[in-house]
Amino acid sequence: MKKYMIGLLVNNKYGVLTRIASLIARRGYNIDTLTVGETVDSSISRMTIMITGTEHDRDQVIKQLRKLHDVHFVKEMVRDASVCRELVLIKVATNKNTRQEIIDAVNVFRNKIIDYNAESMTIEVTGETTKLDAFIDLMKPYGILEMGRTGVVSLKRGQECLDGTNLKELKKPKRSRKKA
Amino acid sequence: MEMTGAQILMETLLEQGTDVIFGYPGGTVLDLYEQIYQNEGRIRHVLPSHEQGGIHAADGYARATGKTGVVLATSGPGATNLVTGIATAYLDSIPLVIITGNVPTDLIGQDNFQEVDVFSLTYGIVKHSYRVARVEELADDIREAYALAGSGRPGPVLIDIPKDVQQKKTKFTPRPPVELWPVSSEYTADEIKQAMKLMEKSKRPVIYCGGGVITAGADKEVMELSKRLDAPICYSLMGLDAVAASFPASLGMSGMHGRYASTKAIAECDLLIAVGARFSDRAVGNKQKYAEKANIIHIDIDPAEIDKNVTVDLPLIGDAKDILGKFLEAVKGSKKPDWQAAIAEMRAFEASHETQYNGGLTPFQIIDMVSEKMPKDTPIVTDVGQHQMWVAQRYPFEQQRTFLTSGGLGTMGFGMGASNGACIGTGKRTVLFTGDGSFAMNFAELGTAVTEGLPVIVIVMNNRVLGMVRQLQDFFSSAHYSQTTTHRKTDFVAFAKAMGAEGYLAETPEEFAQAMDQACQANGPVVIECTIDENDFVYPMVPTNKSIDEIILQGGR
Repeated sequence: MKKYMIGLLVNNKYGVLTRIASLIARRGYNIDTLTVGETVDSSISRMTIMITGTEHDRDQVIKQLRKLHDVHFVKEMVRDASVCRELVLIKVATNKNTRQEIIDAVNVFRNKIIDYNAESMTIEVTGETTKLDAFIDLMKPYGILEMGRTGVVSLKRGQECLDGTNLKELKKPKRSRKKA
Repeated sequence: MEMTGAQILMETLLEQGTDVIFGYPGGTVLDLYEQIYQNEGRIRHVLPSHEQGGIHAADGYARATGKTGVVLATSGPGATNLVTGIATAYLDSIPLVIITGNVPTDLIGQDNFQEVDVFSLTYGIVKHSYRVARVEELADDIREAYALAGSGRPGPVLIDIPKDVQQKKTKFTPRPPVELWPVSSEYTADEIKQAMKLMEKSKRPVIYCGGGVITAGADKEVMELSKRLDAPICYSLMGLDAVAASFPASLGMSGMHGRYASTKAIAECDLLIAVGARFSDRAVGNKQKYAEKANIIHIDIDPAEIDKNVTVDLPLIGDAKDILGKFLEAVKGSKKPDWQAAIAEMRAFEASHETQYNGGLTPFQIIDMVSEKMPKDTPIVTDVGQHQMWVAQRYPFEQQRTFLTSGGLGTMGFGMGASNGACIGTGKRTVLFTGDGSFAMNFAELGTAVTEGLPVIVIVMNNRVLGMVRQLQDFFSSAHYSQTTTHRKTDFVAFAKAMGAEGYLAETPEEFAQAMDQACQANGPVVIECTIDENDFVYPMVPTNKSIDEIILQGGR
């Protein structure tokens, strides 16, 4: 079992998110994370879905997603050929003995403190999933009061885009309906 | 021209060539029914007894004609009653446009009277669905729905139209009927070459037809390829009427209750050319042992079917007719006397192990007498259970789109509605083979056949048990016939008469022949109740997940 990251461009309209999530569930696969948001073209949303499974599972999910009328493009986002980021907000308990230690850790990890009071502070961590996991583990002994993770967003490295266009073609005004 | 949503719906349906709507009125489709009233003579409306019967009728219409079936229902229970029919069509790739009314847009989500979120309920069983938010989108949504339902691998498409959208007005511009979207062929010249090599090299080839052969209309190509390669043709349940049973290479259905030679040929072949088939578990049995000596070429229009159930050696994505045409451009083939001798042996074994049945009137006698009496273009419909398998094993289908059965979902209660739809679509006398269990599920649709004056012959194989499950219990539940030995006292002849149909009881071949004579003269539906033995089981049988080595040819009862 491995983790796979899948990028999609889909119609930004009623029911699309549910349709995609329900398809993956119906076929018996588990979504680890799912992010969705508008693209430059407000009629199109971009999704990044992380699943855990076998290579066969990955192929099936991609092929099934591709069949959906609302899905324009779907591709595996290969780790080495993609940039990915995830964000987490962590509210960690502090006291006068631990505060400085935590601030040191925040600095080493190049994170940000975005809220601060006598008994807790809230830290913003952005990066690859592994960095987030490492920092969360580091904070656990101090007492994590609550946290919220966004899930992964990703883009392909270099000029090439998910819909197959590259820099030269970007001048074209409208994306064709042709599926990748 | 300014029109209401309801008028636009009607005009768009007509524009797409719709000649029949199977529908049931209700509160949220009042405006649509006003249009059906206003357009009497332009479009035929068929009222079923229950929405499920209506959608099975639209499905039967689509299977028999190849056209897209249209069904209309109100919100809430009207919509939920469609769900089984939508899933039935989805699993068998049948093109349907399903229209449901819904509560007005500003009331959605408030649990109003007869409100149900059918859009979300049906995600997993539609090819696509629409909830029409604005009347301006309605015409194009319907056009797109038609294009989607029939294009590529067909399937059901749902359009949910809130009441206010049916009432609002907008400009309507007529258009010509939509053209189906072209199939995206993904196969390459190199893949065709590889297929050629496999075919030229093969000493024991088999062609395996699924329902896709019928959708693609690729029967002539299959027959020609079979002749050149000297390859027998095996069928899935859905592909059974793809090529004439009398074609010399036809071996009939393979799989769990398939014919011995057909199942055995797949086990022994060194090349399996699967065309428009999806390797369902009932057709395959044990995946590891399925065609284990063979290279598999898989031709399918749907890339998601590749390697889904069975891992194949060479997938070819595209239209079956097109790909087989490419094969025929180059493949020379050769005679294969050794393989033909082996096939002849399998056939001889099959013939000497024909299942023997008890009773004064046996399932095979009934089927043989029907096939001898009825023209070759008769739509033959089944329900689900033992009778379905007997018909699949025995009935000699000679023409495409004459065998209508719920293969994927296995929907008991499918048959009566589907028969009505097939009869309406083809205008031909239609035969339904059903069982006492399946028929009882939706037999109120006999009333629809009476009202519409449909010449449907309903043959009820009555063994007074739920035979297929009972048979499974015999093998796998130590013959504990839990809730399957129903022994109901239903008098199907009296029931037929009560519904306004003719009814006959047949306990012997002579009585059955007489009843068939009567039935072929009738102007409306006729029910023939046939008494068969409750211990007549379906053989051969390859138990679930087993291979042909464990085939059961005849039981002890």
